[in-house]
Formats: sequence, C-alpha cells, structure tokens
Amino acid sequence: MSTLPLINCEHVSCTYGNAAVLDDVYMKINRGEFVGVVGPSGSGKTTLLKAILGTHPVAHGSITTQPKLTLGYVPQVETVDWYFPVTVEEVIVMTRSRTTWWPRISKSERAAVGEVLERLGIGDVAHRHIRELSGGQQQRVFLARAMFRDPDILIMDEPTSGVDVRTRHEVLHLLADLHAEGMTILLTTHDLNGLAAHLPRLVCLNKRVIADGNPREVLTPSVLEATYGAPMEVLEHGGMPLIIDHGRVQMRGEGK
Amino acid sequence: MILSFDLFEPYGFQFFQHGLVVATIAGALCGLLGVFVVLRGMSYIGHGLSHAVFGGAAASAVIGINFFIGAGIWGIVSGVLIARVARRRVLGADAAIGVVTTASFALGLALMNRYGQASKSIEAVLFGSVLGVKLVDIVAVSIVALFALSVIVLWYRKLLFSTFDPDVAQVSGVKVSLVEMVLLSLLSLTILVTMRVIGTLLISALLVIPAAAARMTTNSFSKLLWISPVIGATTCFVGMNLSYHLDTSASATIILLDALVFIAVYAIAGTRNRMKMASLGHV
Repeated sequence: MSTLPLINCEHVSCTYGNAAVLDDVYMKINRGEFVGVVGPSGSGKTTLLKAILGTHPVAHGSITTQPKLTLGYVPQVETVDWYFPVTVEEVIVMTRSRTTWWPRISKSERAAVGEVLERLGIGDVAHRHIRELSGGQQQRVFLARAMFRDPDILIMDEPTSGVDVRTRHEVLHLLADLHAEGMTILLTTHDLNGLAAHLPRLVCLNKRVIADGNPREVLTPSVLEATYGAPMEVLEHGGMPLIIDHGRVQMRGEGK
Repeated sequence: MILSFDLFEPYGFQFFQHGLVVATIAGALCGLLGVFVVLRGMSYIGHGLSHAVFGGAAASAVIGINFFIGAGIWGIVSGVLIARVARRRVLGADAAIGVVTTASFALGLALMNRYGQASKSIEAVLFGSVLGVKLVDIVAVSIVALFALSVIVLWYRKLLFSTFDPDVAQVSGVKVSLVEMVLLSLLSLTILVTMRVIGTLLISALLVIPAAAARMTTNSFSKLLWISPVIGATTCFVGMNLSYHLDTSASATIILLDALVFIAVYAIAGTRNRMKMASLGHV
C-alpha cells in the first residue's frame, strides 16, 4: 500500500471573486486518519472541502490526491430537499449513476443497499421516503450513500450542524466506529466541545492554518483567539478540553 | 335549453385531427419534462424560454428560414445563455432569464410589427392556433417526444441525481453542467414544437401544472414520470375536444382544465396528506 498521503494540500489559495477565502494552506491527510477542520464562519472550511472535492477552483498552489482515490462526500443535512420524491434506497444507489444506466434498481444493488444500511444500524428504512426519518437516520442515510461508493475517504461538511444532542452523540459514535474499522475521515465542524474535542486530530483554520495537531495541543486559548478572533478559556473536564467563550453579557433584570 | 352536439363532429376536419394529435403528444411531452421543471424550481425558465423562442420564430419568418430551424437554434442558444449567466452567480437565474428572454420577446414583437402580417399572426403565436397545424408539426412533436423519452430513460439516474443533489452528483462523476444543458435544450425544443398549438404565453402552464398536480399524488420519482405525462396528455386531449364544442380557444381550455385537475388533486391529496402526517407523529 502506498505511503503517500491520500490528500496533500500545498500552498493552497482560493478566492470568491477578488476576496481571498483560503491563503497558503498546507494540510496532509494520511490513510486511516480522522481529521476535523474547525474555524469561525467564513474561515474557509467549506471552501477547503470543495477545493479537495474539485468543485471549487484552486487559485494558487496544488491539491494532489492518490491516483484513483474515491471520495465519499456527505453534505450538510440542512442543504437536503427533504420533500424531494425519493426513497432511502433510491438516494443510496444514486452514486452508481455514472456506471449504470438502467433505471430500475437491480437485485444485487438492493442487496448491497441492505448491507450498507445494516452496517449503519438502519436496515429497516430502505423503502421509506426520506422525510419519514429521524435526525439520526437522515444523517446515516447520507453517510450510507457515501459508503456505497466504497470510498477511500469520507468527507463530511458539518455533520452535526442543526441536529439535537442525541443525534450528535449517535453521529459521533458512528464515526468513531467507522474510523476504528479503518475508514479515513475528514470533516468540518463549528462544534468545539460536542465534536471537535473528541477527534484525534484538529486543524484550526482561519483563511490559513493556525494550528494542526491533537486537541490537547491545539485547543489552547492563544490558538483559539487567533482562530476565532475572540478570547476563550480552556478547562479540563473528564480528561478532555472544554472550551468556554468569554461572551458573557449582563442582561437587564438579571441578578436582582 | 337542451344542448345537443355530435361528439365526433370535429373529427371530420383534418385540421382538428392534426391539432388533436399534436396537442396530446405535446401534453405528454410537457408533462414529462415538467417533472424536472417543477423539482428543479425552473418554472420561470420554462416561461422565459417560451418568450425567447417567440423572438426566434419572428426572426426566422423575417429572414425567410424554416421556423423549426430558426426558432430552435434561437431557443437552444437562449437556454445556454441563461445557464451561463446564472452560473456566474453575480446575477441570479431569475435576473438572467429576465434579461435574455424579455429582450428576445421584444425583438420578436418589433420584427413582427415591422415586417409581419400585423396582429393576426402575433395573436396566433401568442395564444396558439389549431388551424395552422400541419403534418410536419405532428412529425416534429413526435421526434422531440421520442428524443426526450430516450434521454430520460438512458439518463434516468444521472437526471435524478443531478436534480436531487447537484454538488454530490458532480463529485460522484456525473457531468452536471452537461445534464443541465441537455435538459434546457430539450425544454427549448419542446416549446418550439408545442407553441403553434398552445401559444407562447400559456406553454409554461403546461410545463408546470400537470407535474405539480402529479407531485401531490406520489412520493416516487419514477411514478411521477408517468403520472405527469398522463395528466398532460389527457387534459390536452379532452381540452381540445371541449374547445371545439364550447367555441373557446384551445390553449385556454386546456390550461383551465389543467388548473381544475390541480385544484381537485390539491383538495383530495391535501386532506389525505394531512391525515397521513397526523398518523405519522414524530418518527
């Protein structure tokens, strides 16, 4: 097996019109890693993912991937049209659109869909309309679609954005299990305590890479202030860093 | 007063037979493509392209080239222009359509005023006319319908994927911009072969109403692809017959019938869906 990184971003800059969104970004993702990219809104997290996926042009620098690398992309569930007339099974086989033209789902595809759904613990939802799913099931279905391509790396944009605490726990456990099975995962998140602090490697991004390492190394007040532009305190809770921001505002009527 | 009429009387006229065949095939074709128009939120594109094709029709009449060639090229070019302007994101798709198609429509009007046979031909193009339908129209609408059907069968998965989730489709190797171009070209061709019967102003309704009504009856994409054409073809067939007996415009009768079907489905499906939602509770 090649020891080259799966993805190698060197000197990467991206723009929207004349505005620089990413500036001189270096990042390597090796096989088997679980990496979270954190940063404030507008820091370029999603643009970095899009550049890696090839849907946003790179203005300077280069992104090289291993030859024949298969990407499994899971978009934000908030961007999905939940009223669209498709069943879970139809959503999952979509990723075979390029290789199969026959409109009907074949027996072998149906079996493969059942397998991937079972693996993610939702074996009974194949024939449901996507609107008839709970938050955790919705996230799992889109993860199942990405897994259906048998990807080398899973790329997820804000997997816990807009979900409740229970769903967030479900997603986190699921990703930990996939990672334990050897899956390489790259995700973006704004959820420092709920998701980022649990990951083995974090990249703090604000147009450029501010810090890159394990959460204990990078979740420090100085790195967080450089990343988010606001003072933050880092405590230790249950052996994990806990981030508290200093955004306390005295409200009228409080403390009476 | 007792109304008595012979149901088969209009079938004695060849113009009616031709008009009926074109309208029924056009209804099925618009219903089929309408599924994508509705699911992609492209209703305004259908409206805009029909206006653009009008410009092409007028220009080809003035230059003296075949209607299908002139208006067809014009329509496809307009579709491609809209897609290009919209992709730049500086202008929204609605503004892009507004600029390209209204300018084209205005040019068509000016050309017809200056060189055309004044108001009569303008009215025929705007509101459609079964009188002018010829055998060549039947051939044209049949070819476009077969072509559209082939594209939709062969590209079923690509069309579904790029309609539902264009970003992930692109990452998964689907050429989303090519699919979009083909869909816009098909839409232009459909408008081109339908406009003589239905007219420029009402084609967009035929692209939207059957698909919107069908959408309320099913949650399955594949079922939508046959329910919508069936609604489109049936309303066109019945509407054409009704228009003869009621002495009303064919296009207006067809669209009103479509609207009635929509209202009926809305009333029935609305009640059914509310009951279903209530029984689902929080999953």
